Amino acid sequence: MKDWSIKELSNLLREKKISSVEITTDYLQHIKKKNPEINAFITVDEGRSLDQAKLADQIIQKGEGDVLTGVPIAQKDIFCAEDWLTTCGSKMLHNFVAPYDATVVKKFNEVGAVNLGKTNMDEFAMGSSNETSYFGGVKNPWDLTRVPGGSSGGSAAAIAARMCPGATATDTGGSIRQPASLCGLTGLKPTYGLVSRYGMIAFASSLDQAGPMAKSSEDCAMMMNVMAGFDPKDSTSIDHKKEDYTKNIDQPIEGLKIGLPKEYFAEGLDSDVAKVIEAAIDQYKKLGATIVDVSLPNTNLSIPVYYVLAPAEASSNLSRYDGVRYGHRTSQYDDLMDMYCKTRQEGFGEEVKRRILIGTYVLSAGYYDAYYLKAQQIRHLISEDFKKAFQACDVIMGPTAPSTAFKANEKIDDPVTMYLQDIYTIATNLAGLPGMSIPAGFVNKLPVGLQIIGNYFDEARILNVAHQFQKATDWHKAIPEGALS
Amino acid sequence: MSITHDEIKKIAHLARIKITEEEADATLKKLSGILNLIEDMKKVDTTNISPMSHAQSVTQRLRDDVVTETNQREKLQKIAPEVSDGLYIVPQVIE
Repeated sequence: MKDWSIKELSNLLREKKISSVEITTDYLQHIKKKNPEINAFITVDEGRSLDQAKLADQIIQKGEGDVLTGVPIAQKDIFCAEDWLTTCGSKMLHNFVAPYDATVVKKFNEVGAVNLGKTNMDEFAMGSSNETSYFGGVKNPWDLTRVPGGSSGGSAAAIAARMCPGATATDTGGSIRQPASLCGLTGLKPTYGLVSRYGMIAFASSLDQAGPMAKSSEDCAMMMNVMAGFDPKDSTSIDHKKEDYTKNIDQPIEGLKIGLPKEYFAEGLDSDVAKVIEAAIDQYKKLGATIVDVSLPNTNLSIPVYYVLAPAEASSNLSRYDGVRYGHRTSQYDDLMDMYCKTRQEGFGEEVKRRILIGTYVLSAGYYDAYYLKAQQIRHLISEDFKKAFQACDVIMGPTAPSTAFKANEKIDDPVTMYLQDIYTIATNLAGLPGMSIPAGFVNKLPVGLQIIGNYFDEARILNVAHQFQKATDWHKAIPEGALS
Repeated sequence: MSITHDEIKKIAHLARIKITEEEADATLKKLSGILNLIEDMKKVDTTNISPMSHAQSVTQRLRDDVVTETNQREKLQKIAPEVSDGLYIVPQVIE
């Protein structure tokens, strides 16, 4: 297997040096070989992928098409894709063949990109280790005894094992950035509202945001050019002017002001991870950036706030799974109530049920003000912290996750410890800000991610800031042992 | 704030999830840990802080009241557990 980037593939296709069918065939063969071990894909459909590739080749032959025409990518199984099994990692949707395309999927189809398959994920995107998937956990290609992170762990492991050059992902509390960090990849969670949520199975609607995951910032920028854009079908889509995210990616970053929040380097951060992040900051100084100290004083509160708001929204969103219109229905029931209750008992996994119960509890009569309203007020304070910090700096940097990839089964029985994985990522979702994770080094042969947080709609800037680092370093080029064979 | 076994069963019913006695006990332990984590919020003074329900301060868009979707009943019902004559079938609720 060759270690192609999306940019290389795009150039090779347009110069007609290789066909989409050849590339797609190579990736499908590599998936066949690697996936039984990694479990990164839930659904692969060779015939459909190759049909798309053939169509792309015809378009390219005519000298038409877009930069991504013929480029194969994988889709997280949270995105509805017409006539594709779309499970969201749940037994509840184990038989759900989507009757329509999510806007993100439609956009990739429209530019002629090839869908290589649907990637594994934590059930309904609830998890930080991919262990809550009904279709089994995903293994981290850097160390098969460890988790790839979550919830977009299938997308991350698929790219890390070179089963695809890029994949879509979603991020509600860190689900793009944390797996990117744990698998040595580049991932971007855009500003809330920039990428359409239509057809993206809902978890916590005020926080959910789709974004790209790939090996480099350049590749993420190319994917963002397809994914971003106003969509009337998403009621919270923002009518932001269309940008070319690759345009200014080569600009020097001299004079860039990087804010380092002291709370992101406090107790709880692995000391070896801290050293890698400090070295990355030193690299930025060499590139001409200046460092300013900032403070995000309510960081520790982002976890309690998130674990009120996200389950509250989830309990409402997941009430749609009633066994009536689609998905799982229990086989034996006495009456309608019994059918609902058994269907949901059987269809949802433990973590999903737990979150539905927390959400139901915090929204129930007598507790609404103490929990839900309080959490929304503190969300406001967290958002104000960022506003203040961005008065002193252009971007904020810190670690993406407090540690490198942990062992499978290490945290799954202790939800609170698992939730702390997202201590540095959740606040940006609460505020709606864009954030990236880029490879910054290794601790004991396991990748460490540097997080770059931008101001609202500053995706082009953080992609540029990430790209300049990747021009000066090779961390993003590292490949897990045996991934290409 | 601590939660009881009976409260777990009550919210499970509100959420329409069947739960066994053993499941309720196991859930009780884990939910108590999470609720303790949430209790940290109580320390914060939020007097006069307005609640933030959304990341962007946008208002609900309106559109003209015109037909934008075509009827796709057959296609959408093909994936339902049970349908008959274009209707979703559930256990009888009215005598």
